[in-house]
Amino acid sequence: MRVAAWALRLAGLGLLAAFLAVPQRFAPLFAPLTEYGAPPIYDQGSLLGLALAHLATVFAATAASAVVAVTLGIFVTRESGAEFLPLSRTLVNVGQTFPPVAVLAIAVPLVGFGEWPTLIALFAYGLLPVFENTIAGLESCPPAVREAADGMGLGARQRLLAVELPLALPLILEGIRLSLVVNIGTATLGSTVAAKGLGEVIIAGLLSNNTAFILQGGLVTGLMAVLLYDAMAAAERRLLKAVRVA
Amino acid sequence: MIEIESLSKRYGATTVVDGVSLTVARGTVAVVVGTSGSGKSTLLRMINRLVEPSAGAVRIDGRDTRATPAHLLRRRIGYAIQGHGLFPHRTVAENIATVPRLLGWDMPRIERRVDELLSLFQLDPGAFRGQYPHELSGGQQQRVGVARALAAEPAVLLMDEPFGALDPIIRDKAQEDLLAIQRRFGTTVVLVTHDMDEAFRLADRVAVMRDGRLLQYDRPAALLRAPADPFVARLAGTADRSLKLLSLVSAGEAAEPGAGDGPTVPASASLRDVLAELIWRGAEAATVVADGRPAGRLTLAAILARGRAG
Ligand SMILES: Nc1ncnc2c1ncn2[C@@H]1O[C@H](COP(=O)(O)OP(=O)(O)OP(=O)(O)O)[C@@H](O)[C@H]1O
Ligand SMILES: [Mg+2]
Repeated sequence: MRVAAWALRLAGLGLLAAFLAVPQRFAPLFAPLTEYGAPPIYDQGSLLGLALAHLATVFAATAASAVVAVTLGIFVTRESGAEFLPLSRTLVNVGQTFPPVAVLAIAVPLVGFGEWPTLIALFAYGLLPVFENTIAGLESCPPAVREAADGMGLGARQRLLAVELPLALPLILEGIRLSLVVNIGTATLGSTVAAKGLGEVIIAGLLSNNTAFILQGGLVTGLMAVLLYDAMAAAERRLLKAVRVA
Repeated sequence: MIEIESLSKRYGATTVVDGVSLTVARGTVAVVVGTSGSGKSTLLRMINRLVEPSAGAVRIDGRDTRATPAHLLRRRIGYAIQGHGLFPHRTVAENIATVPRLLGWDMPRIERRVDELLSLFQLDPGAFRGQYPHELSGGQQQRVGVARALAAEPAVLLMDEPFGALDPIIRDKAQEDLLAIQRRFGTTVVLVTHDMDEAFRLADRVAVMRDGRLLQYDRPAALLRAPADPFVARLAGTADRSLKLLSLVSAGEAAEPGAGDGPTVPASASLRDVLAELIWRGAEAATVVADGRPAGRLTLAAILARGRAG
């Protein structure tokens, strides 16, 4: 079982690396999908460059939403911030339910074309899973544990850092992973407002009616999402073992 | 010593603890009993200021508890609760070391203390130090919880139904251990329980609460002989009070000089147990044995006299 999983992982990683490094080698594979001698492999830029730019955007946006959502989640579960829980929840939910395309449309007039509208859209879209998981994680601390912590004289800050956050960590990390993976897919939309990313490949395919391009953009994005999800899950397990909450 | 003076707690219009005054002498055990919702836990939690009193004062060894910041005060007061509240992501040793660490003890001293406490609670340090709470049985978890409360050698230990979730045999053992350790360290203990047998067994004095008020605060025997009102009488269980009185006295305390015939009984046995033994054997007197030597005798008549009023 483990061997099979590792074989699959390595195969996926090898395939992705090979395709991004020497895409032309895969031309015969994609040629049947093109018509009238159109190029079978995306040729308007480096696929590797686009993939890296794509990841950079996603990482930046997710990191920002993770920091904001975890901080907010901690704040609204403190006694002093409890009254802000409903408001924060509403805001964060709006961030998720408001379509990213609409966020792009609104952001462009404000911040212009390029990476920024995409970063804003992904940031808003990624808040909800982290926020909700942070709250669920912090609330999962058994009342007797919290009472014992208070009763032994841990300060509010010590209780948070030494007890509540470590116990919440598995759920928080899961939220971040979810947010990251969803954003890898969503980030393709950024190419409609001139952010560099794998969306360009898909859009180029749509414009020139080139199914091979569309498929390449989609496959690379999907493969990255799957591999990243898997890698993060493994990293989480190690981290949790290191802080011993697993 | 804990002095509680006219202590009250109000939540809005309801008063859940109403002008309670009592003193727990140094090195003694006070047990708080009463019906559910009578304010026992609230009273206990006002001692370490987990609940801030609405009125009144608490002094520990003469010092007003308000003179110290609450979290620093709590590091000096042991606190053990039902459901133990062990940190699930910390080992047994780390759990026990919580307060000593907060107080900045050095590592060798902490390690020595952890091992000492584990041994006292009959948990082999080598085997249990590195275990996680979920790897222990309920009884072991509870012992670690009490060990953790005692880690920084507090002069005062507060316990809220600490043995409520244990089965009778384990509970019996836990009570015995608690008494032994309490005597050894001279800890002043305030313990809340629903279990009257537990109260009579552990208490130097019992506080009976009802609707936030303290009805009676007295020795267990006084509660049985002279209950302050019908509620105390019912709670103390006056139907078999003669037998309960006998269970409060040990054979060693009651023995008269001289040698008996009949069966031998250990000095630590309660008069209730001695009586049962005499009934069983059809004997009139027993020889009390302490440290393997005869230490006096107990006659049936003397035992029965102990079970009467006055
Ligand atoms: N934070 C609070 N706000 C409002 N009422 C409270 C609060 N804490 C306790 N009470 C009320 O105070 C009363 C006494 O509660 P307390 O927990 O002290 O009772 P108890 O004697 O320990 O009961 P039990 O035996 O069930 O543990 C109860 O009626 C309870 O509902
Ligand atoms: Mg209670």
